Amino acid sequence: MSATDRKNTRGRVLVAKVGLDGHDRGAKVLTRMLGDQGFEVFYLGVRSTPRQIALKAFEEAVDAIAISLLSGAHVEVAHAIRAELQAAGIDHVAVSMGGLIPLGDAEALHAAGVSRCFHPGRGDDSPTAVAGIFDELVAQSRAGAESKS
Amino acid sequence: MAMTNLSERKSADGDDLAAWLRRLSPEIDQAERGGRQCGSAQLALQDFYAPDMAERPGSFPFSRGVSARGYLDDHWVIGMYSGYASPRETNARFKALLATGQTGLSIALDLPTQVGIDSDDPQVLGEVGKVGVPINSVDDMLALLDGLPIHQVKQMRSTANAIAPMFLAIVIVALEELGIDPASFRLFLQNDPLKEFPARGTWIFPPAASLKMAVDVVEYIAVNHSGWQPQQYCGYHIRDAGGTAVQEVAVATANGISYLEEARRRGIDIATLAPTMFLFLAAGIDIFEEAAKFRAARRLWARLLHERYGVPESACHINIFAYTLGGALQAKEPFNNVARISYEALAAVLGGVQTLATSSWDEAHSLPSQEAANLSVRTQQILAHESGVANVVDPLGGSWYVEDLTTRLESAILAQVAQIVDCGGSVSAIEDGYIEDILAESAYREFQDIQSGKKPIVGVNFKPREVESEWNADFVLPPGILDDVMSALGKTRATRDGDAVRTTLERLREAAKAGENLVASLIEAARARATLGEMTDTLAGVFGRHAGSAMTVGASGDATGSGGSK
Repeated sequence: MSATDRKNTRGRVLVAKVGLDGHDRGAKVLTRMLGDQGFEVFYLGVRSTPRQIALKAFEEAVDAIAISLLSGAHVEVAHAIRAELQAAGIDHVAVSMGGLIPLGDAEALHAAGVSRCFHPGRGDDSPTAVAGIFDELVAQSRAGAESKS
Repeated sequence: MAMTNLSERKSADGDDLAAWLRRLSPEIDQAERGGRQCGSAQLALQDFYAPDMAERPGSFPFSRGVSARGYLDDHWVIGMYSGYASPRETNARFKALLATGQTGLSIALDLPTQVGIDSDDPQVLGEVGKVGVPINSVDDMLALLDGLPIHQVKQMRSTANAIAPMFLAIVIVALEELGIDPASFRLFLQNDPLKEFPARGTWIFPPAASLKMAVDVVEYIAVNHSGWQPQQYCGYHIRDAGGTAVQEVAVATANGISYLEEARRRGIDIATLAPTMFLFLAAGIDIFEEAAKFRAARRLWARLLHERYGVPESACHINIFAYTLGGALQAKEPFNNVARISYEALAAVLGGVQTLATSSWDEAHSLPSQEAANLSVRTQQILAHESGVANVVDPLGGSWYVEDLTTRLESAILAQVAQIVDCGGSVSAIEDGYIEDILAESAYREFQDIQSGKKPIVGVNFKPREVESEWNADFVLPPGILDDVMSALGKTRATRDGDAVRTTLERLREAAKAGENLVASLIEAARARATLGEMTDTLAGVFGRHAGSAMTVGASGDATGSGGSK
């Protein structure tokens, strides 16, 4: 990916659902919404594995990953994704999580390398607010990538 | 206005007020003692209201309901969905439910089970027992049914879809080993794998193979257990994935047609099959649109059965199972969901459904708590016993508004079904990603309408309060549960006859290659204690697995999808 391509978008985001839960209405709406806000977005579909996510993130040189999860397995999944990102040499890529993520798990997820959590019923979910959060995630990843190189 | 008329009349006629009032209120039936009456005024009620030539409840095409007596003799069935952790824990919850007088059980299966993966498979990281009960083999089913007063269990429902043939085999063997007469009992399967592709997502095999297996179940039950209910064609999940009321019924109907066509091709008598099928729909909050939707769905299905399949008019009624729409629940100010669920339940009852399940107000945060689940049963009981909504059959029948909505919804649904048929039918429309695309489009439009305020949601975009919800919940299983599940599965693997497992699975593979009905071979494998995962893998070796679909959205917002099966 060339530097000119990067300038044309607000950032490249990978959206995925991990685990066996197949309810992906929210993930698809997020994909479309970030697209409308000027991001380039790849939605990997349901039942993506942490390894598939890391591989796609590497191939597409994404700046942020958004994981949707409703099944309750978020903490285990966060650790698995972090490990796969490290294995792929792209652990600078920021990860966010949304879905049914209880507030009480925010700290455990943070410790597992999740930069932002979207909890049910909390925070501003307007497209501009969410896009603003993804700007921060993109900036965080790019800063991380530069400090590595 | 009325007062002015009154005084003018009095002066013109010279009547006194009381005489005038009596003249304008002729014969009011005084209710006979013991007859049915409306609430506090105790006026006598007819069973239903209709002018002479109008459609009667319980008559073709059943827009006014499947029976002439509606809820007059019996209310709808209160269906609740439960199951979690382990067969033993679920068994205890079922015993408690049966002790309260419930006669139907609904088994919620955990996600690994729904997609045919055993609990000890490393892929199922953190999902065993989370959203339902794991069933790995006949032994788990025996544990689930252990000591239940089976004579009281009139109906056992389950969300088995892609695994329906394996699940059926496991149930049949368990009943046999427990010495329970299958005729004394009714198994009620969802068995609608086609809707798993565009919505809900617990697919396993590619669409065409999934259709074949669903009809294997229908065929086996038609021949061997004619009192059982082999299939619900489902719109609920289509709606919850973002579809409109029209798309909900249209996709369900198109899938239902695909099952019927395959059943007819195999020589199954549609007139016998049709009355055992159920339609599973969502109950949304737009009361009159929803009531009209249920009426339209019944009417168009009745016409389809009669005109296309030659089913006699009297057998063309479709029973409806409604579930209040989970997607309408809000995480913000979650107690408001109690009111939403009540109106949704009202809409379903006005639409004349046969079974109703109500969500719990806390579902936008987590699995329902016991207290919230109790409240949702109470909501239905208040509707049934206090509200008077069930006093006459089809109380909305004849409303100019509702009748017009019913007719126009029916037309819109049929037009959408025609578009799916134009794609080559459900299977092709799924493979091409057409159904998934129209649902994603509707979901995004609704999201935009909520963002713009065009669709008001109280407490969310309409007069939101500044306070953040402090609601918190977790998904923690009772301690020791996973160990229980794993040791039961380990015991099954250790004590079974390995040769019998290999032989029966080999026979299953051959039956699959030969295109035979798979249920008989699955029963043999289940009896030998082949696990659900082993049976599923064997079939996947022949039919392949669906690949899922992905989507890329450029910075312009244009979406391109890639669907497909492998």
